[in-house]
Amino acid sequence: MHIVVCIKQVPDSAQIRVHPVTNTIMRQGVPAVVNPYDLFSLEEALRLKDIHGGCVTVITMGPPQAEAALRKCISYGADEAILVTDRAFAGADTLATSFALAAAINQISKNQAVDMVFCGKQTIDGDTAQVGPGIAKRMDMQLLTYVSQVDSVDTTSRTIQVQRRAEGGVQVLTTQLPCLVTMLEGTNEMRFATMDNMFRAARHQLKIWDRVAAGIEDVSKIGLKGSPTVVSKVFAPQAKTQRAEIIESESGEPRDLALTLVSKLFTQHPSASEAVVKQAA
Amino acid sequence: MAEKFDVIVVGAGPSGNAAAYTLAKSGLKVLQLERGEYPGSKNVQGAILYSDALERIIPDFRDDAPLERHIIEQRMWMMDDESYMGAHYRSNTFNKPPYNRYTIIRAQFDKWFSQKVQEAGALLICETTVSDLIMDDDRVIGVQTDRMGGSVFADLVILADGVNSVLARKAGFRPELNPGDVALAVKEIHFMPQETIESRFNLSGDAGVVIEMVGKITKGMMGTGFLYTNKESLTIGVGCMLSDFKKQAVSPHQLLEDLKGHPSVKPLLEGGEMKEYAAHLIPEGGYKAIPQIYGNGWLVVGDSGMFVNSVHREGSNLAMTTGRIAAETVIGLAQEGLPFTARNLAAYRTALDNSFVMKDLKKYKNLPGIFHSNPQFFTTYPDLMSQAAQTMLTVNGIDKKSKEREIRRSFTHKRSLFGLMGDAFKMWRAFE
Repeated sequence: MHIVVCIKQVPDSAQIRVHPVTNTIMRQGVPAVVNPYDLFSLEEALRLKDIHGGCVTVITMGPPQAEAALRKCISYGADEAILVTDRAFAGADTLATSFALAAAINQISKNQAVDMVFCGKQTIDGDTAQVGPGIAKRMDMQLLTYVSQVDSVDTTSRTIQVQRRAEGGVQVLTTQLPCLVTMLEGTNEMRFATMDNMFRAARHQLKIWDRVAAGIEDVSKIGLKGSPTVVSKVFAPQAKTQRAEIIESESGEPRDLALTLVSKLFTQHPSASEAVVKQAA
Repeated sequence: MAEKFDVIVVGAGPSGNAAAYTLAKSGLKVLQLERGEYPGSKNVQGAILYSDALERIIPDFRDDAPLERHIIEQRMWMMDDESYMGAHYRSNTFNKPPYNRYTIIRAQFDKWFSQKVQEAGALLICETTVSDLIMDDDRVIGVQTDRMGGSVFADLVILADGVNSVLARKAGFRPELNPGDVALAVKEIHFMPQETIESRFNLSGDAGVVIEMVGKITKGMMGTGFLYTNKESLTIGVGCMLSDFKKQAVSPHQLLEDLKGHPSVKPLLEGGEMKEYAAHLIPEGGYKAIPQIYGNGWLVVGDSGMFVNSVHREGSNLAMTTGRIAAETVIGLAQEGLPFTARNLAAYRTALDNSFVMKDLKKYKNLPGIFHSNPQFFTTYPDLMSQAAQTMLTVNGIDKKSKEREIRRSFTHKRSLFGLMGDAFKMWRAFE
């Protein structure tokens, strides 16, 4: 079985801050990590490999420094890693990104057919959850989103059964391979890399693909040109301040306190007082 | 399959990086293991970089190392609760390249240094803790890491694992840390605009100031405070002997809060935003606390060997120098085809003895003991000095001769003539 896992290197959101004046995200000095949701999908793919054999290829589209994220995935046990990087990809939105990744995965499958593609539910920096479904649509794969558990994969009948979190319950879905799965958080726990895999990761020769290697001819569908999304404004929401008020009465009698409270509420919310009057009548 | 290297370096701080870089550059097969997520993620220092030590390893480090400001002014403050009495030295010769000292941010600097180590050909593996040394009789033949299949072998293991050096302790190479031999330092980094720092400290360009502080700020404990200017931030910190913290039951955090609130310090920090808080143990036992630093198949460098000159606030340069000299010793032996036995590795100790490292530490060998048992140097004297200055500088109709008499009396009253002479002798002994 050949599984491709799509990952993204993202700034560690726990350490990110918004500039108080310019409202832009301050990325400087913020450590980069593998998008946490992607790690659940990688671990799930590695577990399927443990059961059924085969290999796991990790792929990312990003700047050259995304290499560190891929290397990390190798240390967990992925077999191959491909960095799709090209200046032409800069400024891509989810439409252009899913186009580029789908093209790259198509290239991968020319070498060895791809049975499954795993993605995280979404990234923690973009939060759109659109790239996974975008890839599935472009590659004409079955799409299973918000998967909380992969129950089984049958390699002879080429079917997969998963549990999918839906509103109000859990759906148990079965479909044909090849398919694309986006994994929810908390579904598994990433393994602790072995010493051998740490050595392999440190020495691994990553594949670096530019636009041409990824099999993309039409530059109008990638990068800024292929991205109809426009970010018109970024702002940091105002922190809500709720002030507590301590009500006191001179006598300290509960009755007086209650009266003070009621009169205060009625002055602040005249409609409430009207309702009470109506009800009394 | 367990791997085998020429040398394994445990730790990617200044000493480990210096050793790994020098070894890898000579063509030896080097593995460096670091427990942090990346080199620098767990490393804490003031932090001042002394150019000389690094220059001897990477001569052109200034080309791309992340440096904050070069130091053109040193201030020494002796403080009581209300005042400081200071000696400042500022010179324009410090403002001409090549600069002698820089402030740095370790998380960035260590990343850069590690990059150089990897470019030199060493294999770095992070997030991996060495739990034990693998021994064959009395010879170290490798390390055991916390990962599955975690044994790695080498002809030599260099312990650059820092002040606590759990490995050296576990292997019985050195005793448990003595609280009287280590200082606990805490520091904060406060961000503020570059212009504010430059106007507040009378600076321009990349020039910087360091302030070293002694006196009542350490509440009678043996220690110092410091304030360094970075590009867009100030580092403020204070450190005292661990045994003193224990005895006085003062929290390091409170000590730093009080220092930040000192009337002479507070205005300097005004308007800054605290972004980072760190604490670290510093080996300050000096010459007498240095353990065995070599044996069959192993060497100790940096903080793990207690190589810190607490008087001159030098540590990272001693770390880099011991790392470099250790590596040079190993390269020498390898070139002659000699095995890494204790007898052959003794050359490391000899080389250190002949370097500034041991010479400086030897010079101050009595100092820690003297200051430790005489807290008056940190409490009574700053008070007396401050009172003396105040008496002389206050114009109030009293004649100067009477004032001098009053100052003399205050000294003999507080410390007695005998005590003063004793203290003078102790100071001479400490710095002889």
